[in-house]
Formats: sequence, structure tokens, C-alpha cells
Amino acid sequence: MKNILEVKDLSFSTNGKNILKNINIEVWEGYVHAIVGPNGAGKSTLASAIMGLEGYRDYQGSIYLKGEEISKLSIDERARRGITLGWQEPARYEGLLIKDFLKASARNKSNDFIFKQLERVGLDPEEYANRAVDKTLSGGERKKVELASILAMDPDLVLLDEPDSGIDAETLDKMFEIIKEQKKNKRTMVLITHSLAVLKQADHAFVFCNGEILMKAEAQKVIPYFKNKCLPCKHKNIPDEKGAR
Amino acid sequence: MNNNNIDLTKELSRIIQTDDIFRQPDVAHIFIHHHKVIQSHLLPGLEIKVKEYEDHIEVNTTVEKDSKIDKPVHMCFGMLPEQGIQKIIIHNDIRENASASFLAHCAFPNAVDIQHIMEGTIQVGKNAHYRYLERHVHGLYGGVKVYPHSQIQLAEGAHFYSEFELIKGRAGLIDIQYEANCEANSVLEMIARISGKGNDQIMIKEIGHLKGERARGFLNTKVAATDHAKAEVYNKLTASAAYARGHVSCIEIIKDNGIVSAIPIVEVNHPKAHITHEAALGSVDSKQLQTLMARGLTENEATDLIIQGLLS
Repeated sequence: MKNILEVKDLSFSTNGKNILKNINIEVWEGYVHAIVGPNGAGKSTLASAIMGLEGYRDYQGSIYLKGEEISKLSIDERARRGITLGWQEPARYEGLLIKDFLKASARNKSNDFIFKQLERVGLDPEEYANRAVDKTLSGGERKKVELASILAMDPDLVLLDEPDSGIDAETLDKMFEIIKEQKKNKRTMVLITHSLAVLKQADHAFVFCNGEILMKAEAQKVIPYFKNKCLPCKHKNIPDEKGAR
Repeated sequence: MNNNNIDLTKELSRIIQTDDIFRQPDVAHIFIHHHKVIQSHLLPGLEIKVKEYEDHIEVNTTVEKDSKIDKPVHMCFGMLPEQGIQKIIIHNDIRENASASFLAHCAFPNAVDIQHIMEGTIQVGKNAHYRYLERHVHGLYGGVKVYPHSQIQLAEGAHFYSEFELIKGRAGLIDIQYEANCEANSVLEMIARISGKGNDQIMIKEIGHLKGERARGFLNTKVAATDHAKAEVYNKLTASAAYARGHVSCIEIIKDNGIVSAIPIVEVNHPKAHITHEAALGSVDSKQLQTLMARGLTENEATDLIIQGLLS
């Protein structure tokens, strides 16, 4: 299996607190991976560091994308090398039309292409293309627009932070369909989640707790561990040597 | 119409992209270059009387009582030379139950040292509806000073909506001053969207007085200041009658060394009146910026797109 992304010995601290402790992960090209763990485990911090977001660039360790060390690259330089991030709570843009938002992601491809991406996420282009990406959209609609913008960009690797957050069951099914479709198209996805339903979409998973990786395994093997030991977390994010490891 | 006027009209309409209005007999228009009318076409219910002087032009517009002008009336005020002063004294009288929408195109595409002074009064009669959209096309180098000043009176049940927008070129100096008095059940909406760059200066002073019961007012300003541009926004809304309702909103974005300031004043002196305000000033929102950068846009491309959306 070929690694599209490798994180080596990555540690990150802020305000005197160690958020990520010596993380090592390999993301295989063409597979769906999940990073699971309770709130505050460091999952989103890792995604932010991988994407190079503001406030998350001062880490120790290395991040390789398709073999290239990307730590010194800006967000857009990383994106242009084929990686993107879908936010848990997507941004709103007053006045910016959905079609223009998607066109920017698609580097100005045609309207037909843009409309197709809206259809893929279950949004009628007639109804949505000329609406703004603003507060008039519901949380679920914004999530779909965000996903359409990712599809429009068509990157090699997508990090999706809490893809099921704030969306209804129907939208979640659509999201899962797209994840399957992306996998079929040999795209790589990393789903950051504390949801069992999302974990079930993955081939492989990393279990995070208190900034450390407790387990790396096939998703099927992680499911019972996550369900029985991790989700009803008794140790408040502090790995218990006897119990959790 | 002499050949010179034809050429000027053609050139102005090309700049403001309104060539098609000449082919539509149901669209009224008037073209004023410097202090001269170069082309006009009126419709029943709409009267425009003009007096041309050497140093200014007076324009008196009346929409007759009960008249409905279906399609926007195009008014083009422009100057093609690089230098000069255009002073317009304009009185708009939208009479009882009348309805009209005016689209004012102000074009100064070659400005190096141009002043555009507009001193106006607007009267919107009882239950009349009036929309006034002012769209500016300026040159690339900011050599224009624009002074749109207006006093507005809204009679009972009148609706007034205004929008000021710079659609092309550098702002130069823009000094907007609008003040409106609003009687019972009237509705006032004033929107300004301007982007400044270089050493542009933008000053916006919009004031609304909600004097009648159930009068409603909304002042909405969106400004972007990049490079060394400066913007000052002074929005004031007062409410002095029962159930008067109003909202003041100001969003200003800076980039580089731009400077913005906002003074929202809300004044309520009736226990059953209510006004709210919100203001957001600062650089482009970090999450908006980073989302677009995560799709591959550079910081500059992302900022421009965010500002373009905000001002659209």
C-alpha cells in the first residue's frame, strides 16, 4: 500500500498544554481512514496541523504529502498539492454566491461542472446556485455546500472534520454515498469523528486519546473497542495504562 | 441631436453598459454630460425639467400622482474629459401613490481631476414607492471626488430604497451625505457598498429620523479598505414615535494598511420605539480565508473573493 500522507513524530503544544504527543500515522492512498476518539482527544488539532492552519503550524515533527515534506508550505500551497479540509462548522460568507464559491474551488471550471457537484450532494442547482453561502442556509445545507466545494476541487486527499455534525439522517446518508463514491474513484479520505456510524464508513482507523494514538487497526477491529472502551470514556481523556492500552 | 451628442451618448452608454435601453421604447432615460442634456426619452407620468447653466445643471423630476413607471428610469450623469466639475442640483418628487425606480449611472472613466457634486432633495409622497440605485464607474487612478448629498422626506406610508455602489474603478474620494425624515408607516432603506484602494477616501454619513408611528428604517453599509484607503462611516437612526423600528448595520473590512472607522448612533426617545445596531470592523475573517485557501486560492485571491461577495 502506498502512503499518500505520513505524519512522523508530530507533537504540538499550546498554552503550556501538550495537545499532540509524538503522533505517527500513515494514510494509504485510495482508502477511507477514520481518526476516532472522544472530544478533546486532539483529532481536529491533528487535521489543522496537517492542513497548516493558523495557530497550528508551530509543531515538532514532519508531515509528508506524496513524499514531500510540507511543513514549510502555506495552506494554499498544501491545497494545490492535492489536500483539503472540510470544517466541522463550515464558514459563512455574506453575499458570496454558492456558484462563485464552488467556481473558486474548481479553479473556474464551467457552470455545468459546478451544477453537477451541487446535484451530487443533493442540492438543486436551480434553487441553490445563486444563493449566498450565508446565514440563510441551514447547517445541513452549508455542510452540503462545503462538500460540493470539495468535490469541485477534486483533491487527492480530503480531511473531513466531524462530517456528521449538525446534519439530518437524510443528509448523512448522502454524505456516506459520496464517501463510497470517492473511494470508488480512488480518492483518499480521512474522517475525523466520534461517531460510530461514520467510523463504519472507514477501512482503517486510528483511535486517539489525550493527544496520543491508542490503536491503529482495520475499522472493523476498532469498532468494538471504540464502542465499548472509548466512547463511554471513564478516564476523562487521560489514557489509563491498565484499562485503555 | 447633433453628431457630438450622439458620440457622447454612445460612449457613455458603452461605459455603463446600457446600449440596449435605446431599443426599448418603454424605458425612459436621460443622459447628462457635464452640464448639458445630450439625450432623453420620457414616458407618460414622468416629467423631467432641466435648466442648463455654465457652472451647474438643475434637474427637476416628477413622477405624477398614481403613476406607475414599470421599468427603471436610467439617468446617466457623466464626464468623459480628464478634468472638470459636474454640479447637479436635483429635485425628485414622487407623488402620492406613484411608483418608480431610478437607476443613476455616474461615469467618470478618464478622471484625473474630476468633481461630481450632487445636491438633491427627494420627496416621496403618501404611499408612494421610490427606488434609487446609484452606480458609479470611475477611472483606474482615483482622480475623482464625488459628493452625493441629499435630503429626503418620506410621507405617510411611503417607501424609499437607495443603494450606492461603485461597480468599477477606484473610489477616489466619496463623500455621501443622506438625511431622511420618515412619517408614519413609511419605510426607509439605505444601502452603501464601496471598496477603496490606493489612497482612496470614503466618507459615508447616513441619517434617518423615524418620526411617525410604525415608521421603519434600515441603514446598511459595507465597505472594504485595502492598500492605504481610509473609510469613515457615520450612521445615525433616531426613533421618536410608537412602534418605530430600525436597524443599523455596518461591516467594514480592511486589508494591508487600510483604515476603517464606524460611528453608529441610535437614539430612541419613545418608550414603544426600538432600534438595534451591529458593527463589525476588521480584517477578513480567518476561517473564511483559510477555507478558501484550503481549496487552493492564494491569500490575495481569497480576500478579493470575500470582499467581492460582501460588496455584491
